[in-house]
Amino acid sequence: MAAEKQPGELPTKAAWWRRPVFRSVVFQVLLVLGLVYVGNSLLNNTLYNLEQRGISTGFGFLGVEAGFGILQTLIDYQETDTFGRTFLVGLLNTLLVSFLGIFFATLIGFVMGVARLSRNWLIAKLAMVYIETFRNIPLLLQILFWYFIVLNKLPHPRQSLEMAETLFLNKRGLYLPAPLFESGFWMVWAALALAVAAVVFLARWTHARQARTGEQFHTFYVSLAILFGIPLLAYFAAGSPLSWEIPELKGFNFKGGLVVIPELAALLLALSIYTATFIAEAVRSGILAVSHGQTEAAFALGLRHGPTLRLIIIPQALRVIIPQLTSQYLNLTKNSSLATAVGYPDLVSVFAGTTLNQTGQAIEVIAMTMAVYLTISLSISLFMNWYNRKKQLVER
Amino acid sequence: MKKIYALTSAVALAATFSVTVHAGATLDAVKSRGHVQCGTNTGVPGFATPDDKGNWSGIDVDVCRAVAAALFGDAGKIQITPLTAKERFTALQSGEIDILSRNTTWTLTRDTSLGLNFAGVNYYDGQGFMVKKSLGVASAKELDGASFCIQAGTTTELNLTDYFRSNNMAYTPITFDTSAETAAAFDAGRCDALTSDQSQLYALRIQLKNPEGAVVLPEIISKEPLGPVVRQGDDEWFNIVRWSLYAMLNAEELGVTSANVDEMAANSKDPNVLRLLGKEGIKGSGMGLNDNWAHNIIKQVGNYAESFERNVGQGSPLKIARGLNALWNKGGIQYAPPIR
Repeated sequence: MAAEKQPGELPTKAAWWRRPVFRSVVFQVLLVLGLVYVGNSLLNNTLYNLEQRGISTGFGFLGVEAGFGILQTLIDYQETDTFGRTFLVGLLNTLLVSFLGIFFATLIGFVMGVARLSRNWLIAKLAMVYIETFRNIPLLLQILFWYFIVLNKLPHPRQSLEMAETLFLNKRGLYLPAPLFESGFWMVWAALALAVAAVVFLARWTHARQARTGEQFHTFYVSLAILFGIPLLAYFAAGSPLSWEIPELKGFNFKGGLVVIPELAALLLALSIYTATFIAEAVRSGILAVSHGQTEAAFALGLRHGPTLRLIIIPQALRVIIPQLTSQYLNLTKNSSLATAVGYPDLVSVFAGTTLNQTGQAIEVIAMTMAVYLTISLSISLFMNWYNRKKQLVER
Repeated sequence: MKKIYALTSAVALAATFSVTVHAGATLDAVKSRGHVQCGTNTGVPGFATPDDKGNWSGIDVDVCRAVAAALFGDAGKIQITPLTAKERFTALQSGEIDILSRNTTWTLTRDTSLGLNFAGVNYYDGQGFMVKKSLGVASAKELDGASFCIQAGTTTELNLTDYFRSNNMAYTPITFDTSAETAAAFDAGRCDALTSDQSQLYALRIQLKNPEGAVVLPEIISKEPLGPVVRQGDDEWFNIVRWSLYAMLNAEELGVTSANVDEMAANSKDPNVLRLLGKEGIKGSGMGLNDNWAHNIIKQVGNYAESFERNVGQGSPLKIARGLNALWNKGGIQYAPPIR
């Protein structure tokens, strides 16, 4: 016989199967088991059906000779290399265009975002026109636009535009001299490492000194001098161990040197210009999110315009900007798969294109490609979240 | 690994549930649907191109029309799915299309590891090169160091590599998704040469801004037997596609054309013609077709010669000679087993 409960009395201890902790564990275990079952039966079903229809499965194809050429390879690649190698080549090309794209988009985006807030009417309106134009045209069209502009406006290799007989620009790309490092060049690298260490040390020292005495130091110019001066000294001390390979017109095309292919240029232009518009808006929203009272307070304390912006406005604006920046970086990386439209050999074009077609193993290839984009995106996300936490308001 | 498996399964989901494997499944599906779903090129003159009303024509489309004529007695009962080279096999494997008739080269890999079967050869082709006249090149052997525009996902990419490797020459490949993009890049001067099956070179040439400014080089560097493809394991459907093509070839050999087929059916004394037109002998029951299946094909699509000349031969802007595609008794290698 249970005693009648008084109002406000705690409930008597429930039976073990009715406890919330027990229940939540049971339901979670059931859910996981259910998911594993569904996943497993999907996999088995797929494998069974593929086998029934005589379609090869498995990842054995990665070790088979590819037998096709690739336009741009950052690592050594021959036609006799394997399909697995084509995966790496495509992946590196995707990473290259994403990395460069993120760099340029951030640069243009920050400049344009600040320009749109400028008190100069012309600059502000120009930035607005730029943002509203390029934000509202589909990216694929922009890529094709730049590609055919580049191709149609540039001359044939034999009538290349040239600068100082070392730089050549034509329909096949921008040809630059390639540096050839000679034996003593390690000294320059060592000097550069030393310079970086010195700059880090200098920054810490000036920071500590300012905290202690309030005196400031010209950190920026001194760092610049160290970064350039020490490696330059080492370069001459080692007897200039660097020569240049100049591109040369041989037969149909230029040989030697470095080349920026038009496909990369067009893709990079389109991706940076398009994504920069979104970044510019993120920057504008971030700056506007910092109340004007902060600026006035800084001026009242006697800070000049530069330090106000650098030490008070931007750190607070970044908190608003970074999460939006993260999504734009992710978008840019994923959008780089549009490369295939202009023949830039990225992962989708090389691996999920030619390799898929030559091996016919669509499921494996597409799964690998998806896994790669997922990994890249998650890595960017992790990094940006870490950076975001660093920049968060620290509450004491 | 589990993540990959999960993704794999998700991708495969559509493929696995849409088609069940038993002989005759395709025929039943096509009959209940009322039309043949046919995968073709996205637009190569002579092989498969849409006109301004959206009606497709070409030598590849004619294969599909022949199958529709044999099945339904109406060559118009087809629907076209335009496919890039990359998409084509997946579309057929997943059951999105019934026939892939898209200038597809018959190779060992494709026949044995993709779960597909080639039903015959409707065009014997070979890979060639097209260059601008201004380049001043007369032979492919002079193309050392040149750059090439290619369509992605084709045997062309592999042949090019083989050719340059065996001749110890250097080359730069630039691969595009569709033949239109490939031609546009060639037109814009991105590459020195365009390489593809020779028939396609002629077709792409007439699409250039200045067709007279480009020449097709004489070298043929590969064997490219092009033909319709079906899924492996459905022999009944395979037979229908294969014999629809053979009926057109046999009709040419026997002199039966779309113009004289009715008259031949009524008056011919030739037992070969009578068997072809279902007047005597085996007829169409072995394939589950009506007796006049071949009659319908010839009446509505024409024999092989008519289809060839209308689409790629003298009756077309391409003006390609029959060459290898002439019948075996006229100096070519087109040869169909007898209908008896």
